Amino acid sequence: MSDLGYDAAHMLGAVVLLMSFALLYQRRLFSLLNVFTLQALALTATAAWQAYSHGEPHLYITALLTLVLKAILIPVALHRIIVKMKIHRTIEPALGIGLTMVAGVSLVTLSILLVLPVTADATALTRENLALSLSVVLLGLLMMISRRNAVSQVVGFMSIENGLILAAVGAAGMPLVVEMSVAFSVMVAFIIFGIFLFHIRERFDTLDMQKIESFRGESD
Amino acid sequence: MSVVAVIVATPLIGAAVLALVPGHRLGARLNIGFSAVTLLASLVLFGLEPSSGALFVVDAFNIYLIALTAFVGLTTSVFSAGYIAHEIAVGKLDERKLRFYHAMYQAFMFTMLLALSANNLGVMWVAVEGATLTTVLMVSLYRTAASIEAAWKYFILCGVGIALALFGTILMYMAAQPVMGPGMAAMTWTELMGHVAKISPAILNLAFVFLLIGYGTKVGLAPLHAWLPDAHAEGPTPISAVLSGLLLNVALYAVLRFKMLLAANGQAIAPGPLMIAMGLASLLLAGLMLYRRRDVKRFFAYSSIEHMGIITFAFGMGGPLANFAGLLHMAMHSLTKSAIFYAVGHAVQVTGTQRIERISGLTVSHPALGWGLLAGVVAIAGLPPFGVFMSEFLLVTSTFARQPLLALPLVVGILVAFGALVLRVQQLCFGAPGMVEGSGVPVAEVPLQGTLVPLYAHLALVLVAGVWLPGPLVAWFQAVAALLG
Repeated sequence: MSDLGYDAAHMLGAVVLLMSFALLYQRRLFSLLNVFTLQALALTATAAWQAYSHGEPHLYITALLTLVLKAILIPVALHRIIVKMKIHRTIEPALGIGLTMVAGVSLVTLSILLVLPVTADATALTRENLALSLSVVLLGLLMMISRRNAVSQVVGFMSIENGLILAAVGAAGMPLVVEMSVAFSVMVAFIIFGIFLFHIRERFDTLDMQKIESFRGESD
Repeated sequence: MSVVAVIVATPLIGAAVLALVPGHRLGARLNIGFSAVTLLASLVLFGLEPSSGALFVVDAFNIYLIALTAFVGLTTSVFSAGYIAHEIAVGKLDERKLRFYHAMYQAFMFTMLLALSANNLGVMWVAVEGATLTTVLMVSLYRTAASIEAAWKYFILCGVGIALALFGTILMYMAAQPVMGPGMAAMTWTELMGHVAKISPAILNLAFVFLLIGYGTKVGLAPLHAWLPDAHAEGPTPISAVLSGLLLNVALYAVLRFKMLLAANGQAIAPGPLMIAMGLASLLLAGLMLYRRRDVKRFFAYSSIEHMGIITFAFGMGGPLANFAGLLHMAMHSLTKSAIFYAVGHAVQVTGTQRIERISGLTVSHPALGWGLLAGVVAIAGLPPFGVFMSEFLLVTSTFARQPLLALPLVVGILVAFGALVLRVQQLCFGAPGMVEGSGVPVAEVPLQGTLVPLYAHLALVLVAGVWLPGPLVAWFQAVAALLG
């Protein structure tokens, strides 16, 4: 592969990671969705670039799915839910920028330390791609732990999924990538739209999971 | 191969048909019918030679789990018919929800059987993910505050678990790809088993850690078990029965498949110590937690965590005896625990409450049910003459012979859980029966809905296995135990 191909793939992967950092410190739900959309666009570009440079046409489907579902449909739908529930003014306690950087950088370091030694015989692109995607997964986990609004938790979950797709498109010739990304998207879509946001709303008038937790069966 | 296709396709067709059928009576009958066809087809498998194709694999290991899954699927569908008739009568469920419930039940069976028979890492992952989706939807069926919270917790925790398992799957492919070339072969079990010795062990190790944590979440291993009690307690009881009886086993099956790969590689880390640690942690934690439980379904859910801990410990120990004990315990726990959930389902319906201190005297008010529940709890506590005693005895003695220091926490954990079970079953089964929750009607006057046949069928099998295991079955379990390494 040419240097340009390598650089482009590397850069696009890095943009996905950068957006994960940005997600961590977004306090407003709308800006959270906007950053998530940007991440999905970067992922679309990565998948399309891999499809082009490696000559793997099925990855175009992954790119298209990511574009339609994650960059358009899901953000638009979540946007509407937020407006409908009048929670767009919610300011969430998120991590501060300084703390985000410290936590994020240490997670990225961790994943590089974890991945590079074990992949000594793989190509440079594969190794870096794996380190990047593991970082995105770990940052997504951090986000799910540090947030308590149902919308932010779903966004965190989807950013983990973005990390996985980043890993899958980077693995040369991996079969079933499309099927797996479809399965994941179906799950997210079902959970978000079919069941939870509406029913949680119906029952509690809130999407704050902290408030819901007291309803546990054994509270007394 | 066509037989496996029938086994997997029947519940899929069932799900589609049941989604269209109005009326819960017809739906329940069709549900039983489809489950029965699946079971018959899976019994045919025993007459065929083990085989593998691009899509499915049938070997000595998964054939018994397929049959077990189909059997528990059938008995639970019988129990479910009586259960939902009562829920309709008291107005907790309506026709529309039941149609959804029946379709999801068959869809769940489809994902379980697909995960067991798939010859492909990716297909297996998709199936386990589908199982998560269907069960999340069923846990939230009642739409109560507690059930929605339970389903949300379940979705978040298992979603993350599933995501980590996918990362492990991708890593596994990346490990195999330099040796086996790009394409489907590097994701096929049978191909991987042939080439795994040449795969670089370092990346295999990393992959296994992700897979153990990922699928381990679904097994309910500590410290990733938090979803399990809630999901068991708040969903419909037939779902609690299949969660404990089937889903946990299937998730563990996935872990064991990867453990086989690591064992065949030779240079990779020994997965044993990791599994022993997680197993013991689950056993001890769940054993202690049992004492504080007030909700009867939650109580038995913790008991499931305890037993999955024992089974994981057994496979972590490895070797012919411990593996044999683990395989036997998987089957025994699955049968016993689903039997207990059938009994608990009936008990909750006649008394109108899930709180342990408000249920009492079941052997007086409903003798058949009360003694059945008692027998189930005696079996799950590991007392002879039931099958669970056999497997626990085997495991404890073989562990004492090999690693006495590890046997100590194992025995302590089993005894702690035993104490809690004895304590609570006295409350449930003996004493004077009370009134139905929220009304002045004595519990004894409430008739039992549905049949107790599934409960006693399971207990009979567990009893037979405890008294006498047929020779061919023993030989066959031994062969599988050797496969597991």
